[in-house]
Amino acid sequence: MSATTLPAVAAPRSRPGLLRRFRRYPLPSIGAILLLALVVSALAAPWIAPHDPFEMNVVDRLVPPGADYTFGTDAYGRDIFSRTLHGGRVSLFIGVSVAIASTAIGLLIGVVAGYFRMADAILMRVMDGLMAIPGILLAIALMSLTRASIWVVIVAITIPEVPRVVRLVRAVVLTVREQVYIEAATAIGTRFPRLMWRHILPNTVAPLIVQATYIAASAVLVESYLSFLGVGTPPEVPSWGNIIAEGRLYVQIAFWNILFPSIFLALMVLSINVLGDGLRDMLDPRLARRL
Amino acid sequence: MTEQPILALEGLRTEFATGQGAPVVAVNDLSLTLKRGETLCIVGESGCGKSLTALSILRLLPRPYGRIGGGRVLLEGRDLAQATDAEMRQIRGRAISMIFQEPMTSLNPVLTIGRQIAETVMVHEGLDWTACMGRALEMLRQVRIPEPERRLHEYPHQLSGGMRQRVMIAMALACRPRVLLADEPTTALDVTIQAQILDLVRDLQAETGAAVILITHDLGVVAEMADRVLVMYAGHKVEEGSVEEIFDAPAHPYTQGLMQAMPHLGSGEHRSRLNEIAGVVPALNARPPGCSFAPRCGLATDRCRQEMPPLTGLGGTHMAACWAAGGSQA
Amino acid sequence: MSASQPVLAVEGLVKHYGIRPGLFGRARAQVRAVDGVSFSIAPGETLGLVGESGCGKSTVGKAVLRLVEPTAGRVTLEGEDITALNRAGMIARRRRMQVIFQDPYSSLNPRMTAGDIVQEPLINFGIGSAGEQRERVAALFARVGLRPDQRSNYPHEFSGGQRQRLGIARALALGPSIIIGDEPVSALDVSVQAQVINLMMDLQDEFGLSYLFVAHDLGVVEHISHRVAVMYLGKIVEIAPRAALFEEPRHPYTEALLSAVPVSHPRQRRKRVTLKGDVPSPVNPPPGCRFHTRCPIAVPLCREVEPPLLADPSGHATACHLRSQASPA
Repeated sequence: MSATTLPAVAAPRSRPGLLRRFRRYPLPSIGAILLLALVVSALAAPWIAPHDPFEMNVVDRLVPPGADYTFGTDAYGRDIFSRTLHGGRVSLFIGVSVAIASTAIGLLIGVVAGYFRMADAILMRVMDGLMAIPGILLAIALMSLTRASIWVVIVAITIPEVPRVVRLVRAVVLTVREQVYIEAATAIGTRFPRLMWRHILPNTVAPLIVQATYIAASAVLVESYLSFLGVGTPPEVPSWGNIIAEGRLYVQIAFWNILFPSIFLALMVLSINVLGDGLRDMLDPRLARRL
Repeated sequence: MTEQPILALEGLRTEFATGQGAPVVAVNDLSLTLKRGETLCIVGESGCGKSLTALSILRLLPRPYGRIGGGRVLLEGRDLAQATDAEMRQIRGRAISMIFQEPMTSLNPVLTIGRQIAETVMVHEGLDWTACMGRALEMLRQVRIPEPERRLHEYPHQLSGGMRQRVMIAMALACRPRVLLADEPTTALDVTIQAQILDLVRDLQAETGAAVILITHDLGVVAEMADRVLVMYAGHKVEEGSVEEIFDAPAHPYTQGLMQAMPHLGSGEHRSRLNEIAGVVPALNARPPGCSFAPRCGLATDRCRQEMPPLTGLGGTHMAACWAAGGSQA
Repeated sequence: MSASQPVLAVEGLVKHYGIRPGLFGRARAQVRAVDGVSFSIAPGETLGLVGESGCGKSTVGKAVLRLVEPTAGRVTLEGEDITALNRAGMIARRRRMQVIFQDPYSSLNPRMTAGDIVQEPLINFGIGSAGEQRERVAALFARVGLRPDQRSNYPHEFSGGQRQRLGIARALALGPSIIIGDEPVSALDVSVQAQVINLMMDLQDEFGLSYLFVAHDLGVVEHISHRVAVMYLGKIVEIAPRAALFEEPRHPYTEALLSAVPVSHPRQRRKRVTLKGDVPSPVNPPPGCRFHTRCPIAVPLCREVEPPLLADPSGHATACHLRSQASPA
């Protein structure tokens, strides 16, 4: 027994309940609830939004927040509240798509790099190269090659995120493959596919979940930058970045044009990050820091 | 027996706060005395509280969970349980030093060993740097490190395991402490290196007159080193006595079990069944109400399972906490 | 030993590890972890392999199992050379040769239940139906002293000794003829260690198993072994029947090792043969006899000529110029 170990205490048999988890991790739980509210409001936007987000109303231009228009209207008389709710759909879609795409691609490459030493050197240099490409430049380049679309935005954000996942997965695989239980599995005749599936990959799940939340938050944010710069989501789509970009022209006379979508953007990024931090603490994968 | 002990524990109780409910008690009502130049071995298996006893003496329990929940730690009559943190810093390394099982984690990897020893001296004795480095060199020589002048300027990773443990001992003894706490100092070492380190501790003890508390799970080390022995089980002292008393006539069934469970070199009992102690040490928060050892004890009666046996004298300095030991008093 | 074919025969086993300075760099130095080791183990026999850390004893175990690839030498399992087998061929032979690891914590996958851990070898070799496999797992649990209801528990819910029982059950599942124990009781408390040693001896008697028992605790090795080999810096310096080795050690290293073991009673405190200094680096082992730098009886010859391991008619082999009691065969 080393000098600093705590005394052994019999582990409780059952897993802690939902309520106890909430009490133990209050902040992540609040993050999760907030995120859930944002997700529900975005998904339900077509039904709960009071106005059509595209409907222009020449009479009601730049109306301040009030009874008719909760968040006010923009320069074309469109309802900011409805547009913000619909914008959440775009941000959410991009966040989730990028998280899934980069995690899936990164997992595959990471496993190969971590397990096969020959592939490792080459793959990791390629990843270093990819990481050096700023997402915004890549998006501008892609936009100039093709038409603006959400898919291009997703690709442009995913590519620089992949190397982060690769590094994470590779680190986990490299650590786990040295574990004695991998040696033990080999000794009892375990073949490669099962070794990977049963013994190595499960260790990547927890850090990947945490990493995926950070990627989603980052993707939401980057989408806004790109749209704001005019190289992201097509301008007719009411994404948060587009709403803020259009509203900036009138910020001195109609601050609500950028205030409310900005708040939603900030809340979503914050809630995902808080949830991610909480998951990291809960799952305690030591490798799940931002790489 | 009139000589005042250097160190005495009186009813030490070490607790750990848990998330819910009452704290768990890791060391319960532990008393011991240590005289000048004496070696006391605390024996027990993982989780018996022997390491936490040492950490309690130095007030190095992991914060914020661990704390001394009662009793006194008397260093020459002064209660360390009540001392301030500043006072404890003065005592650690100077009056009482400690060496740990894994010397690599206890040495700073980015400082030369000479500097680490010298800084200990500087903190406690306020000598100038040259004098401190001089003392460091002298200490390396004393722990018989070959080529001490060169080693002084080396980093911990350049040394072998046995060499690092010597450096730890040099650092621990640099300020001439009166008490040395050694927590499994040779467990991570090979037998031939262990033999060197044990010899070294014995020689240095003779030279400096320090009292040593040696914490170990290895009865062989106890037989080699101890003047007196204290056996712990599940946070309690279950037996205490001189090394001869314990080895000649172990009184507690746990001590007897430990001795019979260990295969001895040259015992001639090749491939006979070893005496096993059935079961495992109970978890801290799941200790039985009576004697903690009762669930694993072949002699346990209903009384053992309900009532904690007190420590009973068995003649001389020998005492044990067992209803079955010493028979007639029960 | 008996006239029957050995279960395991190892000849001239070598394992060198290259220390690479960089990714594509050529190996700059070689760690000679195992440098020409030969021994054999008869059916039902336990060979104890002892030595200090870094002597290569664990590497011998792993190279025999081909968990690390031997650099040179031959490993013969039940008469068949397994060193040349390809991956699939080696997997098939793993049924006959199993392993128990030192650390009962890291050698069990923390994400698998105890039942799954013991069942996995049966799945790998497609032994029996799912129902038969579960029955076999239950029988194995009972045999190693675990309760059947513990099958759904995870490793962290077991104590160290129980985990080692799990490791033993996993090794037994395939019905091997030999088990390599890589310090199987070193991480356990004394009272639990006795339980595991007793279990291993019982299983040996019951199934006629052979053991290669790698350990550093000489008391344990003396208790469990029929023959004992002592390693120093990648080589076997002495190999002999248990009684001969412990009662009449010939190699000065064996003597020093034995005398360094703590006594079992305070009245036996004795002056020991304390070795000077540390074990030299296996990257650059000393020329001649590898032990000469620490040997109390070394002569000039020892610094130049490496002593061969020579056996006398009783099977007691020693690699020492001064102490070998046999002429080259």
